[in-house]
Amino acid sequence: MMRDIRLLDAPFNPGALVGPFTNANPGLGGVCTFVGEVRPDAAVEALELTHYEPLTLPGMHALADRAFDRFDLMGLLMVHRVGLMHPGEPIVCVSAAALHRRDAIDAVDFCMDHLKSAAWFWKRERRAGAWHWIEPRAQDATDLARWQG
Amino acid sequence: MITVVLLGKLADLGGAPSLSLGAPLDWAGLKAALPETLAAVLDEPRNRVALNGVLLADKALLQAGEGDEIALLPPVSGG
Repeated sequence: MMRDIRLLDAPFNPGALVGPFTNANPGLGGVCTFVGEVRPDAAVEALELTHYEPLTLPGMHALADRAFDRFDLMGLLMVHRVGLMHPGEPIVCVSAAALHRRDAIDAVDFCMDHLKSAAWFWKRERRAGAWHWIEPRAQDATDLARWQG
Repeated sequence: MITVVLLGKLADLGGAPSLSLGAPLDWAGLKAALPETLAAVLDEPRNRVALNGVLLADKALLQAGEGDEIALLPPVSGG
């Protein structure tokens, strides 16, 4: 079983991760990949993600465990940036390999909803030279609720 | 000493991303040792506390000793 869960503190190239990940899952029926990037916004100069080492990476591993329990997966790649980022830079890459497409697609969707709303990251944006913390959104709770019950 | 790690906007309220405080500390002692603007929001349920990397179910029962690390965790803004 291919499992690659990482935090990165420098820019990364998702394509350079997904190729080897796909090759490491011989016999797969499908691979689904999501890449999130810092959204270009004229007002946002930079984005900074902070994390808390003892909770953040273990939390991502626990999320991967749940994805493997819930979906029939051959492999899972979950890579998340921390630190200072600029518009257009990748923040997150989740890729799932499975025998059947639905497991791969749903596992990526599941991981992304949980990373976006329940993972231990704190985000702030720099606008006009001043930093602003990003508060949780109601949509995050709605996204999570899709996977409950 | 006890290290107090401040995450997210709590770091702004505390004036630094981490602080060193004398041991031991319970919940009341921690709040008394922190800047007032930070201490004032710590009882809000949405602000969580971890001791040595483990979330506390009830932060009011905090008991930290020499060498421990307390983390003050505001709501996450997600990935």
